[in-house]
Amino acid sequence: MIADAAKPATTSPLEDVLSVTDRGLYCAAGDFYVDPQRPVDHAVVTHAHTDHARWGCRRYLAASDSEHLLRMRMNKDAEFQFLPYGETITIRGVRVSFHPAGHMLGSAQVRIEHRGRVAVAMGDYKLDADPTCADWEPVRCHLMITESTFGLPIYRWKPNDVTAGEINDWWRANRDAGRCSVLYGYAVGKSQRLLAMLDPAIGPIFTHGAVEKGVAAYRDTGVGLPPTRYVGAVEGKPDWSGAMVVAVPSAHGTPWMRRFGKVSTAMASGWMAVRGARRRRALDRGFVVSDHVDWPSLIEAVNTCDPETLWVTHGYSAVVARYFQSQGRHAVVIDGRSRSEEEDEASSSSSSDREDSE
Amino acid sequence: MKRFADLFTALDSTTKTNAKVAAMADYFAAAPADDAAWATYFLAGNKLRRLVPSKLLRQWAAAEAGIEDWLFDESYHAVGDLAETLALVVPPGESRQDQSLTHWVQQRLMTLRGREELALQRAMAEIWAETTVEMRLVIMKLITGAFRVGVSKRLVTRAIAQQAGIPTDVVAHRLMGDWKPSAAFFQRLVDPDTLDTQVSQPYPFCLAHPIDIEKGPESVGEANEFVAEWKWDGIRGQVIRRQGQSFIWSRGEELMENRWPEVEAAAEQLPDGTVLDGEILAANADGTVLPFAQLQRRIGRKTVGKKLLREVPVVFHAFDLLEADGQDLRLQPLVERRRRLERLFEQVDHPHLRTTELIRGESWQQWAEVREGSRAQHAEGLMLKRRDSPYDVGRVRGSWWKWKVAPYTIDAVLIYAQKGHGRRASLFTDYTFALWDGDTLVPFAKAYSGLDDKEIRRVDQFVRRNTKDSFGPVRSVTPTLVMELAFEGLQRSTRHKSGIATRFPRIVRWRHDKRPQDANQLSELLQLLPEDA
Repeated sequence: MIADAAKPATTSPLEDVLSVTDRGLYCAAGDFYVDPQRPVDHAVVTHAHTDHARWGCRRYLAASDSEHLLRMRMNKDAEFQFLPYGETITIRGVRVSFHPAGHMLGSAQVRIEHRGRVAVAMGDYKLDADPTCADWEPVRCHLMITESTFGLPIYRWKPNDVTAGEINDWWRANRDAGRCSVLYGYAVGKSQRLLAMLDPAIGPIFTHGAVEKGVAAYRDTGVGLPPTRYVGAVEGKPDWSGAMVVAVPSAHGTPWMRRFGKVSTAMASGWMAVRGARRRRALDRGFVVSDHVDWPSLIEAVNTCDPETLWVTHGYSAVVARYFQSQGRHAVVIDGRSRSEEEDEASSSSSSDREDSE
Repeated sequence: MKRFADLFTALDSTTKTNAKVAAMADYFAAAPADDAAWATYFLAGNKLRRLVPSKLLRQWAAAEAGIEDWLFDESYHAVGDLAETLALVVPPGESRQDQSLTHWVQQRLMTLRGREELALQRAMAEIWAETTVEMRLVIMKLITGAFRVGVSKRLVTRAIAQQAGIPTDVVAHRLMGDWKPSAAFFQRLVDPDTLDTQVSQPYPFCLAHPIDIEKGPESVGEANEFVAEWKWDGIRGQVIRRQGQSFIWSRGEELMENRWPEVEAAAEQLPDGTVLDGEILAANADGTVLPFAQLQRRIGRKTVGKKLLREVPVVFHAFDLLEADGQDLRLQPLVERRRRLERLFEQVDHPHLRTTELIRGESWQQWAEVREGSRAQHAEGLMLKRRDSPYDVGRVRGSWWKWKVAPYTIDAVLIYAQKGHGRRASLFTDYTFALWDGDTLVPFAKAYSGLDDKEIRRVDQFVRRNTKDSFGPVRSVTPTLVMELAFEGLQRSTRHKSGIATRFPRIVRWRHDKRPQDANQLSELLQLLPEDA
């Protein structure tokens, strides 16, 4: 289903629809920001990761599915408004709607229409199937803003069930060898997707505190996840062998890990596609699980939405822009957002952890 | 091929030596002999001569992926490895039929050599179409010749020995020299009948016990029961000459081939049925021993270039004769073995082969004085060997003693910490220490050992609470803790910020009584430098 851009009757220049400012993407006509990088009055946010939903704004507008996550993570005194996918709200004559981005629970593309011109800010997105969130939908637009975290042809994701099989095989082998499996993923989004990939028949599943909070928000939103237990709520000295612990990357190598005894550790991240990134960490395994578009999906998304203008941000922006230029498309780099900030929890231990942010 | 790719993945995903050996042993148990031979060949560091020019590989891979050359280059920069970039950039293929490693090497890869460009490009496209990413990575590595997966020849040797249930040195012997991978070769390699390797067989090394420096040599007996030699700091080894062949073994029971050509040449002068025990040392033509740092330049090199051979010549200092005329002499008393060693050397004259000097002395006092001069000789102290002792196996108490000179010690400040490995993986156990240069602290040594578990936990706590900054895995901490460090040697160094390199630094004790400003100055360390270092 492709939501059609309204036929342009009178066109407005793109700058009225969206422009790049030092606070982030700004819609002048509607006087709101999309994923502002600093506290502003009116923020429209694509998803609940903290480099997109910045703490301290006065009003937040987001997709309904992100309600539990946003209320958990943002300032309590803020004013929230939530809108189901596909429904339109008009802000000072600007039509705003959310469409699934497939990145995580509640993640959305923001469609902004003003006087017949349509801009779509994708936020972070992926095209692969993910049982913990709604599937990405293409939206026709004049201006598309895409991320480029994995915007190189070396990044190609395997189907979700293939990777899930790899993870479960690893877990099973660890269980049979009497080891505890510790799987690292970003606290919100990635971890819950990982949980959904696990086969609870293999053994009990435990969560790190930061992960458990996200799990609660997912369950409250109605996402089906296998039964989990919070590590911190476990009493006594249980036998951890055969268990699966889903934790944040910053837990690696900390005293918190000692309780598990013999462990095998693995990281789930798109970066794990490259051997050097796997080897730099002293981890036993690296699984390629990403909530961002890989190279073929990125190309598919852009060609399907077919914008007149493409803005590229967040990652290999220059490479992706140059690639689309070579394909005859008008593509521009609009970098501003730094990668490192998404990683609010994992960045504390080392600089290399920072790349894990997804 | 899938089995070999799986082995690669297993080796690549662990840093634990035992896990690597186990993965290889499993492979050798399951693989047919010809595959096992090829796997041995590649794992031991051999490669196929370059089959396809890498420039063409890059072009074709880019074309196959539908990208321009600049985008391939961007990808290569992000990956940092050509074979892996080739494996990742081309859309994955499908492995319809799993052919053996041998089939791949002999029918698909070696046949690439010398083909004309068009045929070559077609062959590569077929290879890409038939391989998944994991398998392709290995194949691209074989094609580009950069097959490294963190195992040494020695580790491969261990794995084969373990799997076949034969001694490691037997496998090492059979892997010597040039050989062609084949099923027959691998069957010979794991043959339980080990008669063929007796010719190269070393004897288990006799090891020395340390003398407690505080107690002194009086604790081990009377001076007249012993002979004394310099305790050299080199590479312990046995030189074997049997049936017209020479073998040099290290104490780690590694057969050292092509590493010490001077000693190999010298060994040819020995009569058949001779086994010497001694030390390989970097030494000038006149016999004066060079610092260990010089020898270090030759350690770990598989082959030695002419320049290095000229700059750092080595000499084998023989101190024991274990076999003569094919007779095992190990049960003979030391003085008898020494007498026969000297008689042997009357017939052998080679600049790279000599007997180690026996140091005259009548009393502990006399030797104690000689020992004070150890550092000037680039020796670590004295060896004391009981005159009537046989050549023991292993570290038997009482026969051989090492009487090292007291180490250098200095008080330094802990400024960086890093997590350890293995058992210590979650603790900060690897420390960098600094000395004062005016009012700045200059890092000069890393030390990993010397504290007990309780102290390590306390330092770990300290590091976590006093981290100033992180650089990758390294934490910089507020300079607070002072430790006394000991080390064996000092050497000027342009690679170290402090201008000085320490040998075997370790922690002697935690100086709770000292504040950081009480630590030593760098200039005080420099004063300890020997004149010629």
